[in-house]
Amino acid sequence: MKSDQPTSQVKTIVLLGLVYLLLAYLIDDKYYQLILTVVPIWAMMGIAWNVFSGYSGLVSFGHAAFFGIGAYTVALAMIYWNLSPWLGIPLGTLAGVVAGVLVGYPTFRLRGVYFSLAMLAYPLTLLYVFEWLGYQEVTIPMKREDGPLYMQFASQYAYIVVGILFLAIAIYLASRIHGSRFGLSLTAIKQNEAAAEAAGIDAARWKLKAIMVSAAIAAAAGGYYAVVLIVVTPPSVFGMLASAQAMIMALFGGVATLWGPVLGALILIPLSEILHAELGNHIHGIHGVIFGLAIIAMILYAPEGIFPRIRDAINKRRGLVTVADDSRRTVNVPPVDESQSRPAVSQEVALKVNHLSRSFGGLKAVSDVSFEVYTGEVLGIIGPNGAGKTTLFNLLNGFISANEGTVQFMGKELVGLKPNQVCRQGVGRTFQVVRPFPRLSVLQNVVVGAFVSQPDNDELAHVQAREALARVGMLEHEKVLAGSLNSLELRLMELARVLAGRPKLILMDETLAGLGAEEVETMLAVIRRLANEGQTIVIIEHTMQAMVRLADRFVVLDHGQVLAVGKPLEVTKDPAVIEAYLGKKWMEHAKH
Amino acid sequence: MISLVLIESILQAAIAGLLIGSVYGLMCVGLGLIFGLMRVINFAQGEFLMLGMYVTFFFCTTLGLSGSLGPVVGSLVSGVVMFGLGMLIHKTLLVKSTGIRVVGTEGEGHYPQLILTLGISLVVANGALILFGNVPRTVRTPFSSTAWELAIGNDFMLFFNKARVLALLVSILVAIAVYLFVQRTRLGKSLRAAADNAAAATYMGIDVERAHRISFGLGAAVTAVAGGLIASYYPFQPYIGLDFVVIMYAGVVLGGLGSMIGAFWGGLTIGLIQQMSTLFLPLQLQNAMIFVVFLLIILFRPQGLFGKNVERV
Repeated sequence: MKSDQPTSQVKTIVLLGLVYLLLAYLIDDKYYQLILTVVPIWAMMGIAWNVFSGYSGLVSFGHAAFFGIGAYTVALAMIYWNLSPWLGIPLGTLAGVVAGVLVGYPTFRLRGVYFSLAMLAYPLTLLYVFEWLGYQEVTIPMKREDGPLYMQFASQYAYIVVGILFLAIAIYLASRIHGSRFGLSLTAIKQNEAAAEAAGIDAARWKLKAIMVSAAIAAAAGGYYAVVLIVVTPPSVFGMLASAQAMIMALFGGVATLWGPVLGALILIPLSEILHAELGNHIHGIHGVIFGLAIIAMILYAPEGIFPRIRDAINKRRGLVTVADDSRRTVNVPPVDESQSRPAVSQEVALKVNHLSRSFGGLKAVSDVSFEVYTGEVLGIIGPNGAGKTTLFNLLNGFISANEGTVQFMGKELVGLKPNQVCRQGVGRTFQVVRPFPRLSVLQNVVVGAFVSQPDNDELAHVQAREALARVGMLEHEKVLAGSLNSLELRLMELARVLAGRPKLILMDETLAGLGAEEVETMLAVIRRLANEGQTIVIIEHTMQAMVRLADRFVVLDHGQVLAVGKPLEVTKDPAVIEAYLGKKWMEHAKH
Repeated sequence: MISLVLIESILQAAIAGLLIGSVYGLMCVGLGLIFGLMRVINFAQGEFLMLGMYVTFFFCTTLGLSGSLGPVVGSLVSGVVMFGLGMLIHKTLLVKSTGIRVVGTEGEGHYPQLILTLGISLVVANGALILFGNVPRTVRTPFSSTAWELAIGNDFMLFFNKARVLALLVSILVAIAVYLFVQRTRLGKSLRAAADNAAAATYMGIDVERAHRISFGLGAAVTAVAGGLIASYYPFQPYIGLDFVVIMYAGVVLGGLGSMIGAFWGGLTIGLIQQMSTLFLPLQLQNAMIFVVFLLIILFRPQGLFGKNVERV
């Protein structure tokens, strides 16, 4: 986030790498040196898994697919083409990226456990295919001359150095993701995909990018595994244990942290290898038992992993509090400047909805709806519960597709666009039930919304996010976790997330719902201030009183159809509207 | 003549598919039960199957049951053992991340369970390797390698492996019994109530935790019985669970997650596909074929062929 971060990360990586190499140099035992060679490989696998699953929340059971592809590419390229692993590993990495796209593209349609189960099938299929191809046991040929040219060294120490180099590259890649737009977008998708899409995050694109990076790292790890272990067999590289180990390193160390997977590998690999060495000759399978127990213990006792625990403990001792304190702050909405009059609503049509229809089975939720929104206008969409108001918004911003009709926004067709594309056109929205990213800070929540108007510059996105927070009076809350906000603060934060994207039009869905009388006043003040600044707003509400004070015009919906359009006072006197709202019985009262 | 040979081998493969598929169906019922009754994706189900095989094996060898019905008795015994073990695993481990505690944490609530059961699977599979070694075992009976023959005319001769026919009969009977238990009995109904709406069931005085414990034990038991039945004609080792867990998931997803009857038909279909694939695929690719079919099902019809409820989001 800060400009000095990449360089400081590089320094940390180099420093820790040197410490590791120094320690490895002091250890003379051949066997322990082998363990120290394997640690970076599994740390890379942990990072690979974490970069994709840790941030995006799509749990992959199949990272062995990429690992195995990397391993076999290196081994087979050396056997058939005499290609040195120095080139074979980049080639394997490329093959991994291709595999990542091929796997990701169809599989991203699945959610939750379906995704995990589907991922399981890829490496296992490859396992049997490679056995059938006759590659039950592939051995990398020894080069007596020019060993180093073929990544074959006399000393085990050289292997450790190369392994640490690969790992350093992987950590660097991960550090570029962690805390950047990349990582924040993925985290937002993980915490609330619909909200992320509506805020302009192209979920499909980020997921695909993440699996490409992830597969690349996993394939490189696999390639180096082949170099170090010399013999490659389908079960060892495509087997369940390879996938599980990737996941376990990350889970044990700390999901969605930069150093978690590395820490996991540093602890678990030596532990299991040493136990294996001591007992392995009599006891096969001790690896699996240890890894299994490790994840069971993690899930039950420290689901967030080791690294966050240690980090929090250190910070506590230093007196730093990383977990945002949730002491109550007041919302400081800047006052409305009453002297400055509101700019007149222009005659320019911003949004034109034409004969929009959508039915669910037999139910016509939205039926032949047409209306216009003028630039600078506040349009209220009112109607009783079930009138189709939210469905209308979902149609406008692309969550559901229209059966018929068109929506023109500033001359561009919105029907058929995905929510993130609609957002890119300059249409932001809030939700009836607030959709925060609960485990991100308020500022991070809003930054996610700012990315859309700052496609390249993360720093400006942060500036814009803080401006937006100030506009709704929430700047004091910037470090608080969104999960600990009250309902008014959540609504304001969500509005700030929309504002940060600099939308031309804001769709607000029952922004006043669930607020107390005083809170409604605060919210109204914020909205009126936006209106005074010339912001075009379409707002859904079913309580009339508040809306009469806010809206320039009303569109009244009932049973999915437009019942009336006009100025608030005209519309509220319309008999059809009164009937829809209050029922026939009250018609007589209303006349008097 | 060539076409007759082809027809004969197709028929023979179909028979083999039905025979093995019915046992697949039974193991899928076990997994489907656990998902249907407690919404847990149990990754360790393959290991329950493997344990069922070993319990049957040790039961038959220690008692010296070498008769043809030995594995049937043994598999039922393994069912009882695994019912207890399943309940124990649920009580000590799973209960901490399932049931009432995760109601309302849609989506993310599944991951701890999934990872927890993966951990259990690793411990059990590798623990079994430590205890039992990796020598492949089978429960051999006189039925294992004998077959009933059915001659059709002079050209056709179809074989029905006796152990497999027996396994088919027991599978169908156990599946029907479990189905009747869940659908008809009072206890079965309370298990389903706990599944449909855990919170509401609690208000109605149902001990949801106990219901889930019983469901988990039952699911483990049913799959273990299937394992015991297969043990009479299929060599096994501690890592065999992984081969079968994908078969089970393929079957359960094919039948529609949550549907018990669907799970049985799903497993049967997988058995048929597997055996029919021997007609045109080399032996090593048979399992790959199952994974590919599984992927195709999950990508194109995640609600299953027989399923009703879609849980894609």
